[in-house]
Amino acid sequence: MRLNVNGTAREVDAPEDMPLLWVLRDVLGLTGTKFGCGMAQCGACTVHLDGQAVRSCVLPVSAVGGRMVTTIEGLSPDGGHPVQKAWADVDVVQCGYCQPGQIMSAAALIAHNPSPSDEDIDAALAGNICRCGTYQRVREAVRKAAAQRRASR
Amino acid sequence: MTALTRRELLRRSVLSGAGLFVAFHIPRKARAVPESAGKQLPDPNAFVRVAPDDSVTVLLAHSEMGQGIWTGLAMLIAEELDCDWSKIRVEHAPAAPIYAHPAFGMQMTGGSTSTWSEFDRYRTAGAMTRAMLVKAAAARWKTDAKNLRTESGSVVHGKERLSYGQLAVAAQGQQPPKNVKLKDRKQWKLLGKPTRRLDSPEKITGKAQFGMDVRFPGLRTALVARSPVFGGKLSSFDASEAKSIPGVEQVVRIPTGVAVVAKDFWSAKRGRDALLPRLQWDPGAGASLDSAALLEDYRKRARSKGAVAAQKGDAEAALARAAKRVVAEYDVPYLAHAPMEPLNCTVKIDGGRCEIWTGTQFQTMDQMSAAKIAGVPQENVSIHTQFLGGGFGRRATPTSDFVSEAVHVAKAAGVPVKTVWTREDDIHGGYYRPLFLHRIEAGLDERGAPMAWKHTIVGQSILEGTPFEQFMVKNGVDATSVEGVTESPYLEPIAARLVTLHSPKNPVTVLWWRSVGNTHTAFAVESMIDELAIAAGRDPLEFRSALLREKPRHLRALKAAAAKAGWGTKPAAGRARGLAVHESFGSIIAQVAEVSVDEDKRIRVHKVNCAVDCGTAINPLGIEAQVQGAIAFGLSAVLHSELTLKSGQIEQSNFHDYHVLRLPDMPEVSVQVLESDAKMGGIGEPATAPISAAVANAVHALTGQRLRSLPLRLVPA
Repeated sequence: MRLNVNGTAREVDAPEDMPLLWVLRDVLGLTGTKFGCGMAQCGACTVHLDGQAVRSCVLPVSAVGGRMVTTIEGLSPDGGHPVQKAWADVDVVQCGYCQPGQIMSAAALIAHNPSPSDEDIDAALAGNICRCGTYQRVREAVRKAAAQRRASR
Repeated sequence: MTALTRRELLRRSVLSGAGLFVAFHIPRKARAVPESAGKQLPDPNAFVRVAPDDSVTVLLAHSEMGQGIWTGLAMLIAEELDCDWSKIRVEHAPAAPIYAHPAFGMQMTGGSTSTWSEFDRYRTAGAMTRAMLVKAAAARWKTDAKNLRTESGSVVHGKERLSYGQLAVAAQGQQPPKNVKLKDRKQWKLLGKPTRRLDSPEKITGKAQFGMDVRFPGLRTALVARSPVFGGKLSSFDASEAKSIPGVEQVVRIPTGVAVVAKDFWSAKRGRDALLPRLQWDPGAGASLDSAALLEDYRKRARSKGAVAAQKGDAEAALARAAKRVVAEYDVPYLAHAPMEPLNCTVKIDGGRCEIWTGTQFQTMDQMSAAKIAGVPQENVSIHTQFLGGGFGRRATPTSDFVSEAVHVAKAAGVPVKTVWTREDDIHGGYYRPLFLHRIEAGLDERGAPMAWKHTIVGQSILEGTPFEQFMVKNGVDATSVEGVTESPYLEPIAARLVTLHSPKNPVTVLWWRSVGNTHTAFAVESMIDELAIAAGRDPLEFRSALLREKPRHLRALKAAAAKAGWGTKPAAGRARGLAVHESFGSIIAQVAEVSVDEDKRIRVHKVNCAVDCGTAINPLGIEAQVQGAIAFGLSAVLHSELTLKSGQIEQSNFHDYHVLRLPDMPEVSVQVLESDAKMGGIGEPATAPISAAVANAVHALTGQRLRSLPLRLVPA
């Protein structure tokens, strides 16, 4: 089947029920999207489907269709997305494993809601678990990214 | 090209000395670590490489699992080397004796020790490297080294300068100096300054490689079907269904169960799903385990005296004389570490060698275990340490459980295999923080001062049956079961005290979990101190301050946290504060938690004011992150997490029923780093310990209900 991943059409040979996560990781070699729970509970596998944050670990690849898949590798060529810049500036990461998922959730949030309230941030990122406990800096970085994005428009 | 093969190539080019990357040097071949390694000068070549492109590569003897040593240990070298911080690269060192932990003698990461234990070795390696570069420059300029200085990656002679890269090859020929003088603290330019992480760029772009991300041609993925109860043995299995799943290549029996080896994760998962109903287990004694019954049994045991861990005076007699007695029992459940990266380990056995790619905290143990299983000499086991997607202790098992199992799988399959755990495997997989019960009977004299303390602790020993038993279990007392009680500064001024320990056995495997014994001892001691303050009719801060009057570091931290939190002022309506102070891993942490309770009786933690005395602070930005993170980790246990056993099976299986802290629950944590002249302490774990009591004490202040079980749950008054 054909997938549109990070702006490129990719032909993939995978069973229809294989979750998008494993197509990305095991078939296409895009390992930035992480496996954490396999049941849409932790958010480590978050990618964008036509700009919406989705959990790729429970999404059968056959359900993707022609929608555009964006992974952490495709968010920006060099880590220059406002969310990634804020993340570096605030020094959010610790072990880093959940961070691609956190960043993808945050990027989808500020794309749709340029001025998220703290409640909006809490709601949008409640599905992304971080066991290192980077949450406080995650909040700060999302606020900062939203502010930078507004300023640059 | 995958990151793996890039790294392989890099290593090969280093070894051959070919290509652009002419290394300053390479780690010497396996060499026994002298017993007094700490006192001898390190081999700088094992820790630093300077390349002609001016890059300075720091080799990390410990594993980066989020705690920030990728940056912190590099800072130690960079400070003494006077190099350009933007040119620093970091790599995990291979597994070799030269990288043994300076205090523990084996290569490992744990116990919040990496920074303090490497403080001298890494700075010295930096200083020695600098001296060799200066000598090379002196030879080039035909002058005395005394006339030269270094700054930001260059050696300077008057108006001339040579970059470290220009001197790298010549410096290789220099003898390492016999001694070096380290900078005085006043001369530090980098140490002590808030410094951003060096691993951020790769971790925010998805490029960072974790064990789970290892890929190379021919690598297979395996999932293992393990006993559903602890200690169960496989009696028979039928692999035919599993083998009929497309992509499944082999189904092999290994000591821990049956492995389904497939071309990718999804095939292995489907194969294992097909296999599970076709396994017959002999469950053994583990099948009757029930955590509620276990806790009742512990309560009974706590009524009798266990192995003596600390004793002074006659606690029974003093209790009988006390003007007031307070008796309380505190309990904590089994907990999984649940690091975000599920356990995994890639193994390739070929040509008398065993190569391992994984995120581990315990390279030396893994190397020994793998050598035995693969049947190769230990030096033929290479470990390529990858970034750890969280450790919290789970990736440091004395049995090397997940590494050993993966070696068995690769050996049985005869092909390179990555053995992957699902989250369910992780939650069911044991190596938990043990269930513990504390019973404390304390007595106050007529002035309200504690005069008797009788404390009985019941819980499984982590160290019994491991190679650490001989050092850390004395007279039946596992040091990790009683740490935080026996040396508590609160107990010191109490004339009559008795601390004893029961270490019942059962088939559930247990392990250190961020802050180890302190996870429960700080909860019990700091809750009891609060109960005593209330029984004495005293303010909790004033009561603690009186008990800690001979402990200036504790007092300072306590007062700093209390002042910042506004202790003594009225909190917002519907809120209350609680405090706790605890020393662990050489650092002192005081916390004031501010809480409320919502309509559903859910406890909300709004703020935590935390004061930290870890002696010298190397990277305050990293310390703040570790304290925030340790509090978040602790709050998971305070508010949410619990594993229960029923008929031998763990009832929880994934994050939908093994709840952990999520972003909306994260309080605003403010961190004051109080530097002191004390010996440097650790920072990864200590802030996890006191948060349980700080919150429980605040809940009591707000509701009048004393909660003595974790996770804290309010019942209608």
